[in-house]
Amino acid sequence: MISGVANTRVGEIAGSSCMSLHEEAARGALDDAGLQWSDIDGVLCAYSLAEPHPMLASAFCEFVGIHPNVCTALQSGGTTACIMVMLAESLVATGQCRHVLCVTGDNRATGMSRDGAVAALAEFGHAQFERPYGIGIPPAYGLVAQRYLHEYGATLEQLAAIAVEHRRHAARHPDAHKREPISLDDVMRSRVISSPLRLLDCCLVSDGGAAVIVSAADAGRDTRAPLKVLGMGQGHTHEHIVAAPSLTDFGCKQSSQRAFAQAGLTPAQIDVAQIYDSFTITLLVELESMGFFERGQAGVAALAGELGLGGTLPCNTHGGLLSFGHSGAAGGMFHIVEAVRQLRGEADARQVKDAQTAFVHGDGGILSAHCSLILGRS
Amino acid sequence: MTPAKPLPKPTAETLPFWEAAAQGKLFYQRCTGCARAQFPPARHCPACGSRALQWQQSAASGSIHSHTTVHRAPTAAFKDDVPYVIALIDLDEGFRMMMNWRGSDPASARIGDRVRVIFEANASPWPLPQAMPVPAR
Repeated sequence: MISGVANTRVGEIAGSSCMSLHEEAARGALDDAGLQWSDIDGVLCAYSLAEPHPMLASAFCEFVGIHPNVCTALQSGGTTACIMVMLAESLVATGQCRHVLCVTGDNRATGMSRDGAVAALAEFGHAQFERPYGIGIPPAYGLVAQRYLHEYGATLEQLAAIAVEHRRHAARHPDAHKREPISLDDVMRSRVISSPLRLLDCCLVSDGGAAVIVSAADAGRDTRAPLKVLGMGQGHTHEHIVAAPSLTDFGCKQSSQRAFAQAGLTPAQIDVAQIYDSFTITLLVELESMGFFERGQAGVAALAGELGLGGTLPCNTHGGLLSFGHSGAAGGMFHIVEAVRQLRGEADARQVKDAQTAFVHGDGGILSAHCSLILGRS
Repeated sequence: MTPAKPLPKPTAETLPFWEAAAQGKLFYQRCTGCARAQFPPARHCPACGSRALQWQQSAASGSIHSHTTVHRAPTAAFKDDVPYVIALIDLDEGFRMMMNWRGSDPASARIGDRVRVIFEANASPWPLPQAMPVPAR
């Protein structure tokens, strides 16, 4: 059960540190659940690029003064947050823990500059067979995008429509990093980063933190409004893009199939989706690879407004990594936080009417590591 | 001063590849168990598990599987090179490599275009395989 969620304000947060963002997010999730620090008996953290520490979870527990039964840090790029929840579910299911705090945060915007963040992320590339060629995360996704456009005839306008819709979503969220509206033209005229991707096809670099508390099945006893995790699954095919078995089909296919099978649901039964959107193309290939749309149709749907509030699949209603913000592992955690708020009916102006089921997906590396979660109202 | 670019540092698994590159030859591994071509170099075949991987010489010809033109260098070391093309090249023997595409006009690279592999010297002893369009342009 997910019993508590929180995010900090996201953007350029002067004076923030990796630990302050962790603490603020964790405290928010405790308040949300109605729990105390002393109730937490498991802690999962991720990683920080701005203030890296080889034992981040231990450093965090020391900082906030807790001594849990289980404590470790995980690293799976953008899918870390979903994997944290999946592992936390195992910890509570096996009786190892009762309340597991999954907490993420990084001060990437003010703590390291955009140049610094982009350069640090270039290390995802293969040391001998990719990095000497000037690879980075945007060029790697540029390779995916070019192939996708070639195979399925998607247009740059369709990619741009995804960015525009995400900004529209973010405008309805008071904590979002970027809220001013953008047009298709703004996206298509923004400067090229790595063709065919332009600046506004790329996610943000933000300070921010987010936390989720996973509790035992009887959490209704001591928390406010727990929600069920109905299905979970992972899929792993490669790390480096040079070794990817396909540039249009990824491990999200396996992860989502596993999650849907466990939940006994199909994509058509999902009311709201929060899916990793490091670039516009990321969301497009994932939506199709996971079966939410037929091949070549996700872009058409995006342009027709189907990913918007009131569309057939409201997607990333907080604004996603493209507009709500991207703070490392917290970027993926924002998606989970938003899914929970939607299912509780606490999403204010962003609320998808009577949402009963939510699909959440994280992607790490170059569409390398995937984890899908399906949440439902208890 | 521009910071140095990352250059190959061979490991035990990759040294035969780089030693061949130093002689202008493109090496790859072929599994004697399932006949699959393997790159990057591995210690066992990721497809069938066989440890009998054999080094073979490629004819060094292939085609573009995908490409991107980098306008915003990911690190300062590549700032002076933009715009430059990164391509995934499918070699005719059935393996894939990343290279820079060395045609004169980045905008003219196309998926499916034929390339031949050349070796470019750098500050390390290990020249980098790169993709030249065929015919040259």
